[in-house]
Amino acid sequence: MTASAAGEAGHGLVTAPDTVALAARTPDRAQPHAELGLTDAEYASVGGLLGRRPTDSELAIYSVMWSEHCSYKSSRVHLRQFAEKAPPTTSLLAGIGDNAGVVDIGQGYAVTFKIESHNHPSYVEPFQGAATGVGGIVRDILAMGARPVAVMDALRFGAVDAPDTRRVLPGVVGGISFYGNCLGLPNIGGELAFDPCYSGNPLVNALCVGVLRHQDLKLAAARGPGNQVVLLGSPTGPDGIGGASVLASASFGGGGETAKRPNVQVGDPFMEKLLIECCLELYAAGVVVAIQDLGAAGIACATSELAAAGGTGMAVTLDLVPLRDPSLGPAEILMSESQERMMAIVEPGALEKFAEICARWDVPATVIGEVTGTGRLIATWRGEVVVDIPPESAAEGPLYQRPLRRPAGQDGRLADDPAPLADAARSGPGLADRLRADLLALLGSPAGADKAWVTEQYDSYVRGNTVQATPHDAGVLRIDEETFLGIALATDGNGRFCLLDPYAGTQLALAEAYRNVAASGARPLAVTNCLNFGSPEDPEVMWQFAEAVRGLADGCLALGVPVTGGNVSFYNQTQDEAIQPTPVIGVLGVFADVRRRLASGFGAPGEQIMLLGTTAPEFGGSLWASVVHCHLGGRPPAVDLAAERRLAEVLAGAAEAGLLSAAHDLSDGGLGVALAECCLTGADGPARSGDGIGCTVDLGTDPFTALFSESPGRALVAVRDGQREAFARLCAEHGVPAQPIGFTGGDELAVAGAFSVPVGELAAARRGTLGELFG
Amino acid sequence: MTTRVGIVTFPGSLDDVDASRAVARAGATPVPLWHGDRGLRGVDAVVLPGGFSYGDYLRCGAIARFAPVMADLIPAATDGLPVLGICNGFQILCEAHLLPGALTRNAGRRFVNREVRIRIENGQTSWTAGYQPGHEITVVLKSGEGRYVADQRTLDELEASGRVLARYASGNPNGSARDIAGVTNPAGTVVGLMPHPEHAIDALTGPGTDGLGFFASILSALADA
Repeated sequence: MTASAAGEAGHGLVTAPDTVALAARTPDRAQPHAELGLTDAEYASVGGLLGRRPTDSELAIYSVMWSEHCSYKSSRVHLRQFAEKAPPTTSLLAGIGDNAGVVDIGQGYAVTFKIESHNHPSYVEPFQGAATGVGGIVRDILAMGARPVAVMDALRFGAVDAPDTRRVLPGVVGGISFYGNCLGLPNIGGELAFDPCYSGNPLVNALCVGVLRHQDLKLAAARGPGNQVVLLGSPTGPDGIGGASVLASASFGGGGETAKRPNVQVGDPFMEKLLIECCLELYAAGVVVAIQDLGAAGIACATSELAAAGGTGMAVTLDLVPLRDPSLGPAEILMSESQERMMAIVEPGALEKFAEICARWDVPATVIGEVTGTGRLIATWRGEVVVDIPPESAAEGPLYQRPLRRPAGQDGRLADDPAPLADAARSGPGLADRLRADLLALLGSPAGADKAWVTEQYDSYVRGNTVQATPHDAGVLRIDEETFLGIALATDGNGRFCLLDPYAGTQLALAEAYRNVAASGARPLAVTNCLNFGSPEDPEVMWQFAEAVRGLADGCLALGVPVTGGNVSFYNQTQDEAIQPTPVIGVLGVFADVRRRLASGFGAPGEQIMLLGTTAPEFGGSLWASVVHCHLGGRPPAVDLAAERRLAEVLAGAAEAGLLSAAHDLSDGGLGVALAECCLTGADGPARSGDGIGCTVDLGTDPFTALFSESPGRALVAVRDGQREAFARLCAEHGVPAQPIGFTGGDELAVAGAFSVPVGELAAARRGTLGELFG
Repeated sequence: MTTRVGIVTFPGSLDDVDASRAVARAGATPVPLWHGDRGLRGVDAVVLPGGFSYGDYLRCGAIARFAPVMADLIPAATDGLPVLGICNGFQILCEAHLLPGALTRNAGRRFVNREVRIRIENGQTSWTAGYQPGHEITVVLKSGEGRYVADQRTLDELEASGRVLARYASGNPNGSARDIAGVTNPAGTVVGLMPHPEHAIDALTGPGTDGLGFFASILSALADA
């Protein structure tokens, strides 16, 4: 503990802050940079660029802005590939580095979408952690000038029957339900997966998508000296400032009286809903020059990023920030992560109109400073200058080329091929019974089970533009009620594949999301990602990360879809145990006419079922190996992105031409699980179709491989009567193998010569799993 | 003159856009009404839409009931202005004592988002005249506090006087007393319904068009008046 000039003042009784003047006079005062997460070298570099030691407030700013979370200091050298290898595109209106990427979807509309992690807070306090994760990503989208129109969630938890999963999962789902429903955003899809590797590090990745007209695009750049800096939304309280508490107690000689500060923020979706409507009205009135959401690092981040992006300076008076807790000091005000706040840059002449709109929505708005031409970010508190820094130095942060090392166990994993297990399963007596039992085991597994226990807690209808939601392959929205312009969105990730081969695994996740979008009938257009990994300080984790990014960048180039933005979440590990590398990839697609979308379930009896793509005996990392044999080894399925592209052409083309009544991508569990899902989902989702519709298929001489292989690049389709020839022609044109395997109809899933399962039994196998576990 | 149907937006209203769309689809003119304004802009009927007015703080609908617009709406409704409260709107009507009973936490204690079958029990109200009694329709239920409760005497009175508007017909999704999904005032003008007919007006975005009848009903009711 170091006594500062403030003497014995404890928390809340700060009389004299650490000022720039004081910092210049007391160069040798020790500061708690290590407790705040800055290395000695980083601390020294702050001193170097300021020409003096930082003040406590400046130290707070650099500690959060240079954190991995805000600065991407370990990942940036790799993420550059997304720009370097970007496929040629004319559809990107804003890209990486902005709050979210913005994609032109035609007719003057643009779509912005982004996925972001809230993993750590969701483990500490699942309900609020997940709720504020939704809130944060929604504000990112709002800050682009867009109306948020839907959310999705990619969730991963520890073993489904682990006691802690029973704490974390219902809390996370409840928090998403509470916040998203109250905001009035439909939840249109996502993922739910379980693996013991996530037990201490659940993944809560929230995606939001928004829509705007091209001319409404807002960028977060503070331009125009003299323009006003307005803070709007909730008052600032002591939320998420554990770090600043360290600073307060250490530097103010607080001794044993360290204030107990909550590290997880608490969300108020009602205020966020008001903030959305208020901001949209402010945009429409033309009174916003620039805007930025307040997320991690709060005011510190917003002021430094706005000023840095604008190439200007900014002067703010921290005393003007409305506080929920008047005892907060300047460092805490700067670092607070209180939710439901935005920072807008407003011309002085527009302030009156701005305030009037905020008042109409009961959204507090306060001028706290102005844009300057000084190139400095200056903050004062009680008449003293407590921050005086070049904003870009905080906004940019250090850059690390961390060491990489291929994991020692990698060769062993690859060599541990499940082929012998598959060979044993394929032959021997009782094959038909074993196939049937294995299929039901996959359907009853947490991965294969019906997710309705979760998705029924989310409003999927609000705003009235949801065309498809879970359990369809992609969430589908109508964007324009007159022209029926529409979009599709899907997210996918597969930690098992990525553990075996992060390069291929990431491409498999990309290919699956891309295929999901295509299977809904949309044309894939752009990519977002949330990269969840262990510690970047572990060279083996860093190797996984580098491989994953390389795989994604190469994959996006091959598929012709640019990465528009994303998020990196490191340190998902407990002691030495990292999670499986889990990049979650989101793909956006567009429909010229959303009425042509494809359902993923069978809609009518008597239609021909075709299997598109090529099936090889590929079981490495498969659901079958995992569920039936608890096995994870070998090589993941081989990726063929050119084939994925051809398949997507066929699916989107067939949808536009009205040739198909259903299409469903093959992924986890392979054809067996896909067939069961097609039987149960129906054309309009389970609730609309009643009891589902069966099918009879002939899977040839090796039904085991046909049912459970996870070869990518495949989809199952039901061809409309009278369109078989046209569809066969389309497949031939694009060189996509298409094999007729049977027909829809009846009330059971029948594999000729092997086994059959009544549709009701399929449903029962999937239905109970989650409900029984989580009540 | 087309029929003008007011849609009230409270802070936290969410399905106001959907209610407006449904009103327009039925052939009437939706008229936005703002919670903080007095006066009803000469509308012929009013929809209180779903959402979380005032964040559902205190109790669902408890604060909205005191909004300035309600100071005009409550006496107008008492005097016969047709009012449809959907979900949060139903909660507000109960809080305003325009309808009996209350909506409480679902029996399952979780939010329920699901398509449900409901049976129209009373086809005589301003909002259900387009349905035959006993007609089953599919609409959307999406609520965390949708469990209808009232004391036994009130429930008996509602039953005896035909004021049970609709009942859940495909299982009771939230533990509502006597499967009640909606009720009406004695005049059949003020109606509360927990599920959302405005989300069932288009097969593209909902479970068919069964819900459109609520909005078509008010048009014909007003035309006949």
